[in-house]
Amino acid sequence: MSSNAAASSSGGAGSADSAAPRRNSKRPKYSRFTQQELPACKPILTPQWVISAFILVSVIFIPIGVASLLASRDVVEIVDRYETECIPEPLRGDKVGFIQSAANKTCERKITVPKRMKSPIYVYYQLDNFYQNHRRYVKSRSDAQLKSPKEENETKPCDPEGTSGGKPIVPCGLIAWSLFNDTYSFSRNNQQLVVNKKDISWKSDRDGKFGKKVFPKNFQKGGLIGGGILDESIPLNEQEDLIVWMRTAALPTFRKLYGRIEVDLQPNDIIHITLKNNYNTYSFGGKKKLVLSTTSWLGGKNDFLGIAYLTVGGLCLFLALSFTIIYLVKPRKLGDPSYLSWNKNPAGH
Amino acid sequence: MKGMEMRGGRKRSIRLSNVYSFSCFRSSSGGNHSQIGQKGYSRVVYCNEPDHPDAKRLNYKGNYVSTTKYTALNFIPKALFEQFRRVANLYFLVVACVSFSPLAPYTAISIVVPLVVVIGATMGKEAVEDWRRKKQDIEANNRMVKVYGGDQTFHDTKWKKLRVGDLVKVEKDEYFPADLVLLSSCYDDGICYVETTNLDGETNLKVKQPLEATYSMHDENSFQQFKALIKCEDPNENLYSFIGTLYHGDTPYPLSPQQLLLRDSKLRNTDFVYGVVVYTGHDTKVMQNAVDLLPRGAELRGKWIRYKDIRGGMLVRWYLRPDATTVFFDPRRPYLAAFCHFLTALMLYGYLIPISLYVSIEIVKVLQSIFINQDPNMYYEETDRPARARTSNLNEELGQVYTILSDKTGTLTSNSMEFVKCTIAGTAYGHGVTEVESAMARRRNGGSLEIEDQLSNLTGDKGDGVDLTKSIKGFNFLDERIMNGNWVKEPHSDVIRLFFFILATCHTVIPEVDKESGDIHYEAESPDEAAFVVAAREIAFEFYERTQSSISLNELDPETGAKIGRQYQLLNVLEFSSSRKRMSVIVRNEEGQLLLLCKGADSVMFERLSEHGRIFEDETKDHIKKYAEEGLRTLVVAYRELGEEEYNTWQEEFVNAKISVTADRDSLVDAVADKIESDFILLGATAIEDKLQEGVPECINNLALAGIRIWVLTGDKLETAINIGESVMKQIEAGKSQVVSAKASSVESALIIDGKSLTYALDGDMEKMFLELANDCASVICCRSSPKQKALVTRLVKAGTGKTTLAIGDGANDVGMLQEADIGVGISGVEGMQAVMASDFAIAQFRFLERLLLVHGHWCYRRISMMICYFFYKNMTFGFTLFWFEAHASFSGQPAYNDWYMSFYNVFFTSLPVIALGVFDQDVSARLCLKYPQLHQEGTHNILFSWRRILGWMLNGVSSSIIIFYFVTTSTFPQSFREDGRVAAYEALGVAMYTSVVWTVNCQMAVSINYFTWIQHVFIWGSIVLWYLFLLIYGSLPPLLSTTAYKVLVEACAPSPLYWFSTLLAVISTLLPYFSYKALQISFFPMYHDMINRMQLEASAASHSSVSATARVEDRIRQLKDRLWHHSEP
Repeated sequence: MSSNAAASSSGGAGSADSAAPRRNSKRPKYSRFTQQELPACKPILTPQWVISAFILVSVIFIPIGVASLLASRDVVEIVDRYETECIPEPLRGDKVGFIQSAANKTCERKITVPKRMKSPIYVYYQLDNFYQNHRRYVKSRSDAQLKSPKEENETKPCDPEGTSGGKPIVPCGLIAWSLFNDTYSFSRNNQQLVVNKKDISWKSDRDGKFGKKVFPKNFQKGGLIGGGILDESIPLNEQEDLIVWMRTAALPTFRKLYGRIEVDLQPNDIIHITLKNNYNTYSFGGKKKLVLSTTSWLGGKNDFLGIAYLTVGGLCLFLALSFTIIYLVKPRKLGDPSYLSWNKNPAGH
Repeated sequence: MKGMEMRGGRKRSIRLSNVYSFSCFRSSSGGNHSQIGQKGYSRVVYCNEPDHPDAKRLNYKGNYVSTTKYTALNFIPKALFEQFRRVANLYFLVVACVSFSPLAPYTAISIVVPLVVVIGATMGKEAVEDWRRKKQDIEANNRMVKVYGGDQTFHDTKWKKLRVGDLVKVEKDEYFPADLVLLSSCYDDGICYVETTNLDGETNLKVKQPLEATYSMHDENSFQQFKALIKCEDPNENLYSFIGTLYHGDTPYPLSPQQLLLRDSKLRNTDFVYGVVVYTGHDTKVMQNAVDLLPRGAELRGKWIRYKDIRGGMLVRWYLRPDATTVFFDPRRPYLAAFCHFLTALMLYGYLIPISLYVSIEIVKVLQSIFINQDPNMYYEETDRPARARTSNLNEELGQVYTILSDKTGTLTSNSMEFVKCTIAGTAYGHGVTEVESAMARRRNGGSLEIEDQLSNLTGDKGDGVDLTKSIKGFNFLDERIMNGNWVKEPHSDVIRLFFFILATCHTVIPEVDKESGDIHYEAESPDEAAFVVAAREIAFEFYERTQSSISLNELDPETGAKIGRQYQLLNVLEFSSSRKRMSVIVRNEEGQLLLLCKGADSVMFERLSEHGRIFEDETKDHIKKYAEEGLRTLVVAYRELGEEEYNTWQEEFVNAKISVTADRDSLVDAVADKIESDFILLGATAIEDKLQEGVPECINNLALAGIRIWVLTGDKLETAINIGESVMKQIEAGKSQVVSAKASSVESALIIDGKSLTYALDGDMEKMFLELANDCASVICCRSSPKQKALVTRLVKAGTGKTTLAIGDGANDVGMLQEADIGVGISGVEGMQAVMASDFAIAQFRFLERLLLVHGHWCYRRISMMICYFFYKNMTFGFTLFWFEAHASFSGQPAYNDWYMSFYNVFFTSLPVIALGVFDQDVSARLCLKYPQLHQEGTHNILFSWRRILGWMLNGVSSSIIIFYFVTTSTFPQSFREDGRVAAYEALGVAMYTSVVWTVNCQMAVSINYFTWIQHVFIWGSIVLWYLFLLIYGSLPPLLSTTAYKVLVEACAPSPLYWFSTLLAVISTLLPYFSYKALQISFFPMYHDMINRMQLEASAASHSSVSATARVEDRIRQLKDRLWHHSEP
């Protein structure tokens, strides 16, 4: 309410201004920018444009779909779920009791190769219903400690697995604590198949995140043992199983690389697997699967991408066709004003 | 020098009150003086004794005025309080506080910095605005006025030191420092002239008259003994009423508004006055009229705040479930855990309601304002003023304006009356083309060029003669038959002579002769009277002196062409009043002949003609009718000769009536006057144009076409208001008749109501009825309305229609209205700056309103609503990917993305395109906006920001997020995602999803905007490129800084074809639904701008093919345009 007080003062100013010679005119300077008249393209969705766009998408998508579907079909994948069957029949009533006991947990599995699998054949373990992406879990690690021996005491984010008996745990935290510790060994015709466990982790992790001079310390020495134990003589950056495990999964169902079999497998080869069923997924009803898979240029076996590409491509083709038909059957001027709707109700609502 | 002048003034010693023989000076005895001293009438003023013990006891406030909102002390707390009164700010404050706790899913700094910036900027703005007000206050408070002190002289005192009861002397052209009671002036009879432009917008002078008890005090010494007591009403906002009693000695004298000099009005034509301060500072009428500053919330913002509440509600429902959160933190305290979890979620889903929306909108609005300021089409050469957007947060409301409340004087009209035509002895003179005429002609002919040419021919050699004609204010008359003394050759030259003689004598104008140049300047109560006198001067009779009993003219002698000075004896003046609708004077010329000269409205004049005075009646009536159609104000001019005897008898009667003291004195006087005002001989009629501002008719026409309703609120007299209303109405009707020929049945009518009736109409139950009635009328004119009433009407309209109202005005009297309306537009004319200071937008001319509303308003509305919709969309898309991930992470509050991805989402990767949309997007060009004003209705009906549209965009966002999340996860998990058998983990999923989101929202932007310049291209594609660059750079930082993003692009994602293919799939799939919808909508349910674009496209395509086709297409467009308004429904 600047209302009045100012009244008088500025009253004269206005007229004085206008009378004053216009040395510095306040006329806005013209430029295409300030006038909002920059050269512009104004795309208008004419039928031709719409139809061409749809056709373009389908022309690109359908070939991609076919290619990815072929790639996925190329991949041979063997999945063996074992968490129930690797518990002796009579003990299946109390799986948790069994897994927490000191009993022998070795388990023999047998799988048949359906198709020729070219080397390298990747070995994965797959856990279901394991929330490696839970916030508390994800945060429960100490990157500083993993990287440098000097930061050994940096266990704050790791609670409640930070210290044991007053001494810091290396590597600390829930992730490391829950390290997966089932082991697999494969044989074909009584001949051991070597599983190469080198280079299963990301190089960046080995070089950047896990220290060369950091050795496991005080690990799994507490009351409650979560998972695997580590060889205290090997530095962390060579503990590839741990490194793989520490790169937390995105979803509760996940696979992690266990190793590579670097020989070709022939159809109908029978593979004997000796596995140690150590890991407790029974407490939370998680599943465990062993996966052997080859890869294509697109990765593992997954038809979804190809199907999705084909579907979207097909849909676009269909839309292009229907738009064409509509325009052919019912040509309509876009400028037809008969669709203007508000003059029927000028008063508004 | 000054003293000389003063003496000169006194020497003139004109008893001007004689000129105003009655009506003007009668004290308005309407006030109820018996109430003095009772409740509401308790003010007591000890004149000339501000130190009187009783006065001290009363302790009235001083004249210090403060219009600021804050003081230095309370600024910080009060401004902060104001800021956090906004729900949104409070919400962000809570989020910011929580973000410092370990509960935060990401770093606190990313929330706090923008909040501080936003709050800081707004508070800074407040501070600057308040500082400006403060400066004005200081200036006003320290102005000097002469106050009578104990030492019997007047000495300069600051305004703020003024006390109630002080005796002050105000000199010519000074403002009154407070509300004063007039005691006396330089004139013998104590009258003075005031200009009340700041109060009611009228530039004409008003006469004030002191009480008989005081008017004789001219001497500074005479004040020594002057002691008086004034009892009057308590401070109120009513400008036109004042009730009080002055006790001088023991005699009570009634005080009326006639004696009250209001603060902020100006003393004119009077060398000095003496007055007693009765109301000071905030008690003055004008301050009482000031409406408190209300916070303005734009409608759009209101809506998205509501949206936020809904989202908040959703958050609560999702997360305040203890059972779902017992896994979190301490299982023994589930409720605390639940609450903590809720806070975490609140922050995580802060992305649905980002503070960046605030920031972006502020930025965009400021940039939009710059465009408004920079528009040379709204620059007014003559006063060197461009348009100014003084507040930036109402830009989009300009595009939604439904009602315009306009002041009249100085806004619609340029407040100058011009004598353009006349009819004398049955012959019409004057070729001048009025604005209304030319506008109508232009419309009839579709604005084609030839007509314009013809018009300019018609207007005579106006081009060459500009200097000649324009230099004479109030005179725009062109007719070679009369001009330059040629009238003597006309057949009825004697009638012509008499006609202009009447114009030169029958008025109450006061001439002011400039001593140096000899130029005569006329001060008139109404500008049309001045126009008459000017016209008479230009033709033959130069009026140069008025005394109490005579009028002196310089006459052009028909034979010799020389000027002869003649004096006429002025016997009586029968004043103009709204009930009489005429004015007469009785003069005796040098030959001793008694003449009764009269001018008046045709409605009262024709019945008063004598039998033999009707010779020209038919022609005159025809001409008057024609003039009225042209929007001119007409007055009939007639005279009669009086016999000596007849006059004497009448004079006696008249004097008796005047001195009678009965209550019905007025009607008695009227009756007597009525007696003599008959048997006139008709001479002719005048036509005066109340000059509309340049371009006003076209502007109003286009605004009417745009579906905007126009109310005119004016302080003017009823007649004036109706007159201008008619000329404005014509435009509207003409426009409407084009538009709604189909519904011609509904008669276009205008409601005209005056201030007094308005008081009742605005009272209680009547309010609704009044509004209903007003809504049925095409336009409404309220006249004689006080500033407060204007504000009340504005409030009523705003509340009643529930739609955006815009008030436009130019004077201090419009301030309340401007502040009350959703948007206040000030005309930065010559009437001071108060309106501009109180306005949100300042333009130099009314006609710029068209461009402001139809072009900038439309664009801004469209941009802001698109921008907000899109903002919702992009944050829904982003936020809901987080949510779906959450659902797969047992709702633990784990974000799918790295902290910095999240912080930068609204800052780098998506913000610039939105800002470009908000600043540059245009559906149709400025030219087309003006060509198709109907486009404005997209705004008034708010179809671009309807709930349906918002929800549609939000739905689009949610569906996009679903598509992105499920397509990316299903195609990437759980198998290996590259040829080397490695699987994607948490960080790769984040990158893949984030990439898809960035692509999607930016491509969505590319699909939905209508206007691509290089800026849009750079911003949209640049944002996408920036994301990859960011990932590269951030990923190459040491892992302790980059955490999950360490080398993620280089090492993990980029070599994987699956990453790229899943991105492509997700992006195209998310765009498909919208694209198909838009293609369908444009083809089958086009909106208005779609059609315009389409028509433009067709037109340009056709013009390429052949020239003859162009014409055909134009024809087609015209057809379409016409049909547009006749079609109702598909």
